[in-house]
Amino acid sequence: MPLTVETFATFAEAGRAFASARDARFMGGGTLVMRALNEADPAFAHIIRTTDPALRAIRVAGGVLELGAHVTMAMLLANRDAAFLAPVARVIGGPQVRSAATVAGNLFAARPYGDFAGALMALGATAETADGRRMPVEELMRPGVARTLVGAIHVPVPQERLLFAKVSRVKPKGVSVLSIAALLPKRGGRIEGARVVFCGMGPHPMRAAGAERALNGATLDAATIARAAAAATEGLEPADDALASAWYRREVASVHLARVLKEAR
Amino acid sequence: MARRPIEFRHNGEEKAAFVADGQNLLDVLRRGIGDLTPKYGCGQGTCGACTVLIDGLPHLSCLTLAESVAGRSVDTVAGLANGSLSPLQEAFMDNFAAQCGYCTDGMLMAAEALLRANPRPSRTEVVEAISGNLCRCTGYEAIINAVLAAAERGGVRRAG
Ligand SMILES: Cc1cc2nc3c(=O)[nH]c(=O)nc-3n(C[C@H](O)[C@H](O)[C@H](O)COP(=O)(O)OP(=O)(O)OC[C@H]3O[C@@H](n4cnc5c(N)ncnc54)[C@H](O)[C@@H]3O)c2cc1C
Ligand code: FES
Ligand code: FES
Repeated sequence: MPLTVETFATFAEAGRAFASARDARFMGGGTLVMRALNEADPAFAHIIRTTDPALRAIRVAGGVLELGAHVTMAMLLANRDAAFLAPVARVIGGPQVRSAATVAGNLFAARPYGDFAGALMALGATAETADGRRMPVEELMRPGVARTLVGAIHVPVPQERLLFAKVSRVKPKGVSVLSIAALLPKRGGRIEGARVVFCGMGPHPMRAAGAERALNGATLDAATIARAAAAATEGLEPADDALASAWYRREVASVHLARVLKEAR
Repeated sequence: MARRPIEFRHNGEEKAAFVADGQNLLDVLRRGIGDLTPKYGCGQGTCGACTVLIDGLPHLSCLTLAESVAGRSVDTVAGLANGSLSPLQEAFMDNFAAQCGYCTDGMLMAAEALLRANPRPSRTEVVEAISGNLCRCTGYEAIINAVLAAAERGGVRRAG
């Protein structure tokens, strides 16, 4: 089947085309879509893209960082308002990948990719879709969710530091064995509403419910960290791949979570 | 297959090319306009041999949709030497930073991007800048030394 690439001047037009062509795939920065095209992957026969400059905007309004879908990791690293995301953006691939890789594309990158999506999930970010809906990034990650075109991502600027660690074998640019993003808001000295997300420990970034339960209502002392680490892999579904076995991922996940939490004390 | 015309700036010169749907920039540079300096290694984003600068930033031309560079600037190793080698290329020679040479064009462009943005990088910054490029021969040390030496000699300023 011949390949078709349709380019639209506006996101609205691309959105209409995407809604009416069920077989079409959207291309952002193309780091993964172009790979599929180079391999002649038959699942990518009809591509839709847009050159709409609005999708490259970064702005802060009312304590929320708004990122257009086409904002790249390199653009984030050059923007002061996005400094809290820099530790994550800095470790997505090498410099060339970061010049092209978009924030929205990361939401749909198959495992073990999706380190940035994991951080967005920990931050409680929401996605704005082409049909005008707003949905939590976390919902977008759920299996079976309807095919969605994302135009922007809204990230609440956190009061506390985003904790993040990427574990890879090749440094500095290796693909994740796993990555961890966590936000530990506190009230009256105790953690309340902890969000701990693992990437690489399931088909998509997943919250570590056991660890969150151990953290909520507690102070971040050695006993709490030990309890959170012990419950780290509850409900997670790591898989075997060329980088690591599921067994290995399970073994090291709690160790790395404990390190991230210790560093936050 | 439908082909569409695009225009872009290639090493400072206006160029026009016909591109097919889904064709990557590496293919258009090599087969369309005859610039053989960017190399095909993997077509998957893994090796960095195809690195070019697009509007000054390093990109993998194998993962770049050719039509997306319409109206933009693409710089390759073919534009580095200007009568004589650039200081960066000279530093690669002096430091034995190329053996088989397959990675060299990509390494040069990754280093060029670094030195344009940061003329006096630290060793760690050099390692980071070439982290998207694989070299199977040199063990990287010679390349890192070459980039640092080029920075000391005035970075990317053209020789000659
Ligand atoms: C060498 C290499 C190293 C990498 N390293 C990492 C890494 O360390 N960590 C990591 O997380 N990822 C990594 N990646 C994967 C990838 O580069 C990133 O996940 C990137 O953010 C994907 O964005 P993109 O714009 O390039 O996506 P594209 O290739 O354009 O698209 C990827 C997927 O997202 C969909 N999509 C894109 N934009 C939208 C949108 N607006 N709405 C709906 N769907 C959309 C596409 O249809 C496609 O299914 C790496 C890739 C390569 C080639
Ligand atoms: S050919 Fe482009 S990264 Fe290998
Ligand atoms: S010199 Fe041979 S791959 Fe680098």
